[in-house]
Amino acid sequence: MLRLLEIEYHKLRYSRSAKILVLTYFILITFIALIASIEFNLGAINFRVADQGIFNFPYIWHFNSYIAALLKLFLAIVIVSMMSNEYTNRTLKQNLIDGLSKKEFIASKFLTVMVFSLVSTIFLFIVSLILGLSFSDFTEVSIIFSDMEYMIAYFVKLTGFFAFCMFLGILIKRSAFALGFLFIWWILESIVYGVLKWKVFRDSEIADNIARFFPLESMSNLIKEPFSRLSAVQTAATQIGSEIDKDYGIHWDQLLIVLIWTVIFVFLSHKLLKKRDL
Amino acid sequence: METILSLKDLTKKYGALTAVDNLSFTIKKGNVYGILGPNGSGKSTTLGMVLNVVNKTSGEFAWFGGNIKTHEALKKVGAIIEHPNFYPYMTAVQNLALVCKIKDVPKDKIEEKLEIVNLLDRKNSKFSTFSLGMKQRLAIASALLNDPEILILDEPTNGLDPQGIHQIREIIRKIAAGGTTILLASHLLDEVEKVCSHVVIIRNGKKLYSGPVDAINASHGFFELQAKNMQLLQELLIAHPGIENVSAKKNVVTAILKEPMDAETINEYLFEKGLSLSYLVKRKESLEEQFLELTNQTPSA
Repeated sequence: MLRLLEIEYHKLRYSRSAKILVLTYFILITFIALIASIEFNLGAINFRVADQGIFNFPYIWHFNSYIAALLKLFLAIVIVSMMSNEYTNRTLKQNLIDGLSKKEFIASKFLTVMVFSLVSTIFLFIVSLILGLSFSDFTEVSIIFSDMEYMIAYFVKLTGFFAFCMFLGILIKRSAFALGFLFIWWILESIVYGVLKWKVFRDSEIADNIARFFPLESMSNLIKEPFSRLSAVQTAATQIGSEIDKDYGIHWDQLLIVLIWTVIFVFLSHKLLKKRDL
Repeated sequence: METILSLKDLTKKYGALTAVDNLSFTIKKGNVYGILGPNGSGKSTTLGMVLNVVNKTSGEFAWFGGNIKTHEALKKVGAIIEHPNFYPYMTAVQNLALVCKIKDVPKDKIEEKLEIVNLLDRKNSKFSTFSLGMKQRLAIASALLNDPEILILDEPTNGLDPQGIHQIREIIRKIAAGGTTILLASHLLDEVEKVCSHVVIIRNGKKLYSGPVDAINASHGFFELQAKNMQLLQELLIAHPGIENVSAKKNVVTAILKEPMDAETINEYLFEKGLSLSYLVKRKESLEEQFLELTNQTPSA
């Protein structure tokens, strides 16, 4: 296993574009801290975002994992191109001839995907911990480490998404087209959901229940938007008479759906590679 | 002798097209083999199948007796295919280091192998800056990293300039002289003739011949003769028991031999019968003539 990771690390470490993208990604995650310094001065009212409780434990785990997940596209580019470049450079062929099996090839890529997700999760954990310790109103250990399932969800979400990217890279063989396809897929999911929701199953929950099994939808459902959970927003909502009654938790069945998609994508990648003549 | 690779009825079909048709042959240790065939005859597809990049349709192949998995066997093989494939953003050394990791061999041979292919002075240049000849030589260095049991080369001189071709052939000859088993696929006869001891000739995916190069057809050569009385010459030759076939073209009579015979013998025989020759030469068919004969092609003018 270490050998496979070493091989992939060797391929990535000399690639300038991969290095720049990975670096950008991690720098951008730390930029979440910058939100803290956003201040509005509306006449007499001084509004500081950091004071609105977004960095309070345990809410910060939810907030940061949601925001950081938006940045995953940077790593997605790295992953798609590390797959499709093997085709365009025809190095995949050479790797196999040199004695890497197709299974090992997929394994080395998927292990890398897992490492990316894991490092990102650990990094996010550290950034959030520091931010929380600096700004949170509560710093009791029991509160700090509650709601840790957001970190697990973040890891699973990234792994699932990157496994999808990996599969698209192999399927389409060209990074630009694969990323384009990812975008088209996202639009397709929205269209199908829209049709189900507003045409087929009007006024029922069925459309949502189906859509949560879609790959991208299931991933985005893992961590729900955190904004309406803010006390300021809640208060405002109550004032205008609407009640926000939403379940923000992480659900095990949602995790399971994403994990199953991950398995499917890895399996399909291997299947595809085995079937193809190079 | 140890068997390195054996193919049995290996077949590859692309839809209706049969690229490789029930191909069987065996590669023994220590020989230099050539796979000879015109373009599109299935050479690369055959190599692709035994190298794990093309899926076979039917048939079998076995590396080193068949007791290990193909990808494990390939770690003991060095192979380059038509086009040298490396990571363009890595230097020569970095690319070779990656191959070492894949093949599970130590990195200490990189410099030595770069030396063999005369690339030591460019070892820290990016692959993308290499010329085709240099890329091809780097590919050979890469294939040698594990001191392979067998070196497989697919059209190694394709697309190179004469100097590049010469360099590659020198390298191959050096490696062959060191006792490494080589399998060389080529559509160039002289390439195979110069380097190989054994040859497999294929056309349209079918094997036409396999065996030692000098026994391609069990011919004993032929005489080309001229005399004043061509009529008598032909009659006398046909009457000789050691001659299989006589044909005349312009002023030259060609007599194909049934059994080994010296030029002296035929000269004495004809002289005894009262005919003196004005021209006599004994020749063996060149590999090219034999190849064309085997593949039923006519030489283009």
